[in-house]
Amino acid sequence: MYRGFEETRGKESAESVVVIENLKKSFGNEVVLSNVSLKLFQGENLVVLGKSGSGKSVLIKCIVRLLAFDEGKINVLGYNIGELNNTDLGELRKKVGFLFQSGALYDSMTVRQNLEFPLLRIRKELNRKEVDDKILEALENVGLADALEKMPSQLSGGMRKRISLARTIVVDPSIMLYDEPTTGLDPVTSQEISVLINEVQKKYKTSSIIITHDIECARKTATRIVMLQDGAIYKEGSLTDFEKSDDALIKAFFMQSGT
Amino acid sequence: MKIYRPAMSDRRSVKGLLNGTMRLGEKAKAQKDDITLLLINSADVVLFMMRVAKETFSRDFEFKEFFRQCFQIGYKTLPLITVTGAIIGLVLTIQTRPVLADFGAESLLPGMVAVSIIREMGPVITALICAGKVGSGMGAELGSMKVTEQIEAMEVSATHPIRFLVVPRVLAATLMIPILVLYADALGILGSWAGVNIKGSVSFVLFFYQAFSVVDFLDFIPALIKTFFFGAVIGFVGCYKGYNAGRGTESVGVAANSAVVVASLLVIITDMIAVQITDML
Repeated sequence: MYRGFEETRGKESAESVVVIENLKKSFGNEVVLSNVSLKLFQGENLVVLGKSGSGKSVLIKCIVRLLAFDEGKINVLGYNIGELNNTDLGELRKKVGFLFQSGALYDSMTVRQNLEFPLLRIRKELNRKEVDDKILEALENVGLADALEKMPSQLSGGMRKRISLARTIVVDPSIMLYDEPTTGLDPVTSQEISVLINEVQKKYKTSSIIITHDIECARKTATRIVMLQDGAIYKEGSLTDFEKSDDALIKAFFMQSGT
Repeated sequence: MKIYRPAMSDRRSVKGLLNGTMRLGEKAKAQKDDITLLLINSADVVLFMMRVAKETFSRDFEFKEFFRQCFQIGYKTLPLITVTGAIIGLVLTIQTRPVLADFGAESLLPGMVAVSIIREMGPVITALICAGKVGSGMGAELGSMKVTEQIEAMEVSATHPIRFLVVPRVLAATLMIPILVLYADALGILGSWAGVNIKGSVSFVLFFYQAFSVVDFLDFIPALIKTFFFGAVIGFVGCYKGYNAGRGTESVGVAANSAVVVASLLVIITDMIAVQITDML
């Protein structure tokens, strides 16, 4: 029998905002995630490292049930994702921000409309002035207040990522999920995005999962690192643990930045 | 044979069923089982239809998006329909006139052209043009939104993509295509009058009197009713193909192309069914 939104809330996860237990996901015969278990604690930046195709993006899509998982349990802010009905899932998603790899800005809308879109639907209690103020504040936080009336096609890759970040933070989420936030950007812009991720975490008191294979981004943002390999957790620890590791795969990963 | 057992998250709701069928579809594709794949695809279409029907009657109807789509489908297709409608009437008149003249029945020309246009040519040709323009547009637009993760971004913004993207498009197509057909019919008759006047002189009033003295209420109403179905088919197929596009950029072209092909085919099939039903009345 279906348990209600509140009933699905567990009591065991007081500190951890996301708890994943024995997660399995496959596409046809191809197993993408096998027995993945991890926790995201309140206020931390958890970086999930891994090669392309290691199942990182699938993992965070399962957290907001953009992809249905096969087995296991995902608990977000105390709510069991697998047990929620669509209405309750929608309510929970209002508390989770998701920055897509491509930015995923709505092409047919201006920057203002892109930010208005989630805000008017999630924060229905706001009046017109409050909506405008929040949009401006979010854009100022990403340093693009002057892009208000631009179309996404007029923005560079880095600007699109920033606007996309502004669209995510404008609704004050508790959890941020970043899917490859620096992919396809030059080193300077990548660094700016990494700084922004830290600023967002401090200002909005969010807990974040950052999916990346960019070691510099991991270095600048990580409180803790989890490495995925072939759909399973390979290593978990602090940045120092990873940097001091003698493991060949981890060394190969960290060598890419020349350290 | 191992029986498919849906995951916990799949055991409820239309979305859960859809996820279940998608997984079965993946397995069928892997096993190259054509019959299973056909059944899965049919079930997928039915489930998509159910989701659209459910969201159509939801409380938060997207009126603004609906009117935007009405403008896109109606107003922006107008030039194409204007040219096509007028040419249909003109060509039909020029082609038919010599045959009727041989039998000394030239006076029947306005009535014959009007009946042809109102009953068949206007609705079907307008619908086929809309299948090309509107259907492919929807397929490409939603397909590119899928590829660039915009649909997923909508989902995580707690906005139902079917409610925001599909329902307004399907309803706008259902409403606007009959209006475009009426417009095409009117222009077709005007084109016919122009065609008659190429080799002769018939007054506008006389031409219309002769044309509409033949047209019956039963010519007009069934033809109009079927255009609502044409619109629904075009809107639904365009959205379905776009919404279910694959991941690569190639999928956008495939979605747009198959939207046109399937919508055109379904328009012809719907027309055949409508004609059979009308014939029985």
